[in-house]
Amino acid sequence: MPAIEILGLEKIYQVGFWRKRPKVALRPLNLTVEDGEIFGFLGPNGAGKTTTLKLLMGLIFPTAGSARILGHDWSDPEVKAQIGFLPEQPYFYDHLTAHELLNYYAQLSGVPAKERSQRVHATLQKVGLPDVKGVQLRKFSKGMLQRIGIAQAILHDPKLVFFDEPMSGLDPMGRREVRDLMEQLKKEGKTVFFSTHILSDAEALCDRVAIIHKGELRGVGAIEDLTSSVEGKVELIWQGAHMPASLKALGAECHLSGDMVRAVIDESKQDAAIDALRREHLHLISLTPVRTSLETYFLEKLRRAETTAGRTS
Amino acid sequence: MTSRIAHIASNTFREAVRDRVLYNLIGFALLLSAAAIFVGQISIEIEKLVVINLGLTAVSLFGIVIAIFIGIGLVSKEIEKRTLYTVLSRPVRRWEFIIGKFFGLTGTLVVNTFFMAIGVFGALFYVSHKFVRADALIFVALYFIILEFVIICSLSLLFSSFSTPLLSAVFAFSLFLIGSFAEDLRGFAAVTHGFTRWLATGAAYLLPNFSAFNIVSSIAHEQPVSPQLILHNSLYALFYAAMALSGAVIIFEYRNLK
Amino acid sequence: MKQRRQVAIVAGACLIVSLAASALLLHHLDQIRPQTTLEDVLYLNSPKILKRLSLGYNGLLADIYWTRAVQYFGFRHHSGEVSYNLLAPLLEITTGLDPHLTAAYHFGASFLAPRPPDGAGQPERAIQLMEYGIQNNPDDWKLYYDLGFIYYMNLKDYSKAADAFARGAKVPNAHPFLRLLAAQMAEHAGEYETARMMWTATYQNSQDRQIRQNAIEHLRGLRADEDITELQKLVTRFGERTGRPPSSMSELVTADGLGGMPADPLGHPYKLTPEGRIELSDPDYFPFATKGFPPGYKPPQKFHYDQP
Repeated sequence: MPAIEILGLEKIYQVGFWRKRPKVALRPLNLTVEDGEIFGFLGPNGAGKTTTLKLLMGLIFPTAGSARILGHDWSDPEVKAQIGFLPEQPYFYDHLTAHELLNYYAQLSGVPAKERSQRVHATLQKVGLPDVKGVQLRKFSKGMLQRIGIAQAILHDPKLVFFDEPMSGLDPMGRREVRDLMEQLKKEGKTVFFSTHILSDAEALCDRVAIIHKGELRGVGAIEDLTSSVEGKVELIWQGAHMPASLKALGAECHLSGDMVRAVIDESKQDAAIDALRREHLHLISLTPVRTSLETYFLEKLRRAETTAGRTS
Repeated sequence: MTSRIAHIASNTFREAVRDRVLYNLIGFALLLSAAAIFVGQISIEIEKLVVINLGLTAVSLFGIVIAIFIGIGLVSKEIEKRTLYTVLSRPVRRWEFIIGKFFGLTGTLVVNTFFMAIGVFGALFYVSHKFVRADALIFVALYFIILEFVIICSLSLLFSSFSTPLLSAVFAFSLFLIGSFAEDLRGFAAVTHGFTRWLATGAAYLLPNFSAFNIVSSIAHEQPVSPQLILHNSLYALFYAAMALSGAVIIFEYRNLK
Repeated sequence: MKQRRQVAIVAGACLIVSLAASALLLHHLDQIRPQTTLEDVLYLNSPKILKRLSLGYNGLLADIYWTRAVQYFGFRHHSGEVSYNLLAPLLEITTGLDPHLTAAYHFGASFLAPRPPDGAGQPERAIQLMEYGIQNNPDDWKLYYDLGFIYYMNLKDYSKAADAFARGAKVPNAHPFLRLLAAQMAEHAGEYETARMMWTATYQNSQDRQIRQNAIEHLRGLRADEDITELQKLVTRFGERTGRPPSSMSELVTADGLGGMPADPLGHPYKLTPEGRIELSDPDYFPFATKGFPPGYKPPQKFHYDQP
């Protein structure tokens, strides 16, 4: 059973004070997230990532479509006992301490009284905040608040967690810890759905990703599948500080370092490049395929979307 | 269900009492009670009168300020600052949130009133050197003041469910003023005709009516309060608050949270 | 989204029920606490203190007190009360807060001065109020009229009335009849004509419903008195001629060549008793008449029917 099934979820806002004009925040979205995977929801700012999350959380209401979470209708309040949510830039009750806050959330999630204190303690350890007893939240740094946010999302041992920009506000150490945490969650059999615009994080963590841009889904799938769809490149390194015109003509980008030249060309032009080097009597040191990064795929997709939009508009 | 409401209420209470603004306001009210002692010394006969009048009026006014500003701060701010997102991601119904907040806020005000009332009784003891039976009427006056708070809290929540913190405060305060002059509104409605009369009468019944709650000056003169009045006021506050809260629940249920 | 709808329906039902209940309770509360509001209102009955307390919103507060004064009087009048102790303070507070609220002075002239149950029975206080009004609005000729009116109607002090009218006549744009009234005082004080002129003037110069109604009833009473006086004279002459009272009204009518059966201003025919007294057939409708009441007649508690 998929953890999340999004069926034609759409959100159109009516903006303007007098004459309301429709603004499409999310075009009908169809998406499935499998149980036990880490799913990345990628897109530039304003693409509709947060809108989707808010729709799934029931914070805003769709203009069309529905969703199923863990097999239940997404508006079923009881399903919330099994999910956790970390919103973007969370804000908490200033005057409570971390323990009081998490205890409150545990109460609301239905954690039995006996277990609460121990759970709170364990979760704080897990997110790397073991020594914050008695300190009011208004004294917390942004990074600490982010960790509290994660803590409240996993406190009640949910099956599915939603993170909106979980790395935001964290230093590299913190980000590493969160990445490890997410891996840990996966090991525990949980499903993680997180949105981000930082592609390297997605690349490192996700089993599958979806790319969304201007409210529309542009691509879904496992990372290798996606990146392999983009034409590959190869990297040639040869001896001799010589950049022949013939190679440049093949569209190579050449970089000189020491007495070696490094060039990247399209995979299809690989043989032509090798021939050119032989003709020039240049010694080929290595020929390595360059793995297309997610970033390339991402930018390519976006660029194509822009052009399409440009042509149609 | 009830446990969630209780948790939300107690959390609201805890958050409120940690707010320093609260203590400043209570302190100020106590100061006024003390000041009443000096004002009363203008004339021996009215010493007690002034303490009761000024003291209870201070309790009432400061309580209203607390109810409006802190109350709205607690709810509107929560909605605006997205504290609510994490709460609603749990199996909490939106209506439970509203009701829980209401009880938390009212509880805060009852406790505040208790502390401010200590000031009044303290000042009273200072000028009279003893308590008489009639002083029990002060409890009735305090009870009525608390009933006013109940209504104001429910209105604060109603406005917070759809409006920004500032506007909610303005609306709630305006309704408090109008409610204090509600009798005149009804009197006005009685002397007009036709559409104006219809409109004014409708407004007079829809807007809160605090005139029946204000017995401060009459108990200062030790006039008794009928049990019937106590019952009616209690029921009125109950139903009016229920009305405002129902409105808040409906609005909040359908609201898209930014 | 079934849950949302369910919640909304339950809350909606709760709202309607609570609204009805609270409206009902408010209605009920009126019974329990009749006029205690106004007692509280006048806890502070010094206009000066109130003015300072009103933080500059005198006008609004004056309007509020004015509404209360009108309501106070109307309510008590309608339920047949005989005392209006709070009317004077209410009007004083109103005019203290807003000395230019002339409607309050006119109201005081009509209802402060007359004796209960028609008014508060405080003509001196009414005069004080008028003088205060004149002090603050020296060019309002109607206030002088009101002052003269009080002296004439309630205190029967015709020379002071004449003075007031004369003062008023000097005001620019004063109504010409003020001068006429001043003159009338000298010669025809106490006569029907003068009284009729004054009540007509009061009626014509006022917009207030209660004041106008009051004036109409006075005019009716005057007319009835005049009619009865005339008819009584006819009866006496008849008696002198025939040595006995007329046996019926028709006999009197025929004997004296009257146009038709004489009727009071409301259309009810005048009665002729066997002893030869002319009486009103419906004295209840003429609270201000002084003649034509049957012996032992007691005016009812509630009068002032709303006749057109």
